[in-house]
Amino acid sequence: MTDVGNVQAAGVGTAQVTARPTVQVVPLKGLPVVAAVVVFVIAAIAGNWLWALTFCHVVGGALWTAIDLFVGLIVGPILARLPLPARAEFTARFMPKMVLLMPTLVLMTLAAGFQLALKLGNLSPASPNHSWLVVSYCVVGVMAVIALGVLEPANIAVLFEMRKPEPDGAVIATLMRRFILTAGVTGVMQVATLIIMTRVATQ
Amino acid sequence: MSAGPATVPAPAISRRFPPVAELTTVSLALVVVGGILMASYAPRRPPLGVPAVLAVAGAVLLFASGYLLARVRPFAWDRFFLVFRWALLAYVISAGMIGFAFVKDHVRGALLALVLVMLVIYALDVPLVIAFTVARYASPAGHAGSLPDLSRPA
Repeated sequence: MTDVGNVQAAGVGTAQVTARPTVQVVPLKGLPVVAAVVVFVIAAIAGNWLWALTFCHVVGGALWTAIDLFVGLIVGPILARLPLPARAEFTARFMPKMVLLMPTLVLMTLAAGFQLALKLGNLSPASPNHSWLVVSYCVVGVMAVIALGVLEPANIAVLFEMRKPEPDGAVIATLMRRFILTAGVTGVMQVATLIIMTRVATQ
Repeated sequence: MSAGPATVPAPAISRRFPPVAELTTVSLALVVVGGILMASYAPRRPPLGVPAVLAVAGAVLLFASGYLLARVRPFAWDRFFLVFRWALLAYVISAGMIGFAFVKDHVRGALLALVLVMLVIYALDVPLVIAFTVARYASPAGHAGSLPDLSRPA
């Protein structure tokens, strides 16, 4: 997820982090919202409810892609020019929200999307959208492995490091490097997703 | 007198570990590839040979990383299990939701069994790599000495 990458990369450098706010790794107040979204998606799948499936897929996908690209391309570079305390302050408040927001959006988008494609017949080999959807599986697969296996562990590890009385700047910088290295790949994947989904919607 | 190098705690960043995160991430990637292969056949019934091989390989890598991790001493196990159990809860819910969708779509028999095995691997892989990544930079409880390089056998 490029958003996480650039913000965190910009948020904390190798220098010591000073005057930090208290970091809550998972914002507990957001959990009921997440639970409500999960219940809604389950209800949409269980009822094969076309409007709800479309809502979950379109809204979730739009937010996922837009947040990723906006934060990666706009917020990240701005943050990189801020003073260190401001970056640390922003990171400590922003990243915990992303811990809840992004996995929820991804789950909402993918679960509803697969069910929607099944319901609309787009998964059928006879459908002109079939091959586009298989390509989209590959795109999502790449993003999933990067997000779940590389970025999310680093994101949570950074938040735990920032909770320490004396965070180790070198540890944070090492973890940040993952975001910088993967930001380009996830950005390209998100643009590919936009192209694929607009093709699917117009065929 | 100054303290010798052996009594100075090594910085967390310089400590080396076995490739637990790498093996687990590859395991996750294998399961994802298997899932994509099966999904590309939907709604038809996919051939199960290649996805089954990928699932077995993913499980082997998961066990290997678990084995390597279990041998790590000293390690911040309290921090590891704190993170692991909460992440496990989150990813069991996530995997359960995916599994529910397959059951709802009338997937049955060997195909459902293979999907469930892959979901179990997924639900263990992600918490393992998250918890390991957090704990490797945490100080082991009650440990004050230097921390050894664990990237290769003693």
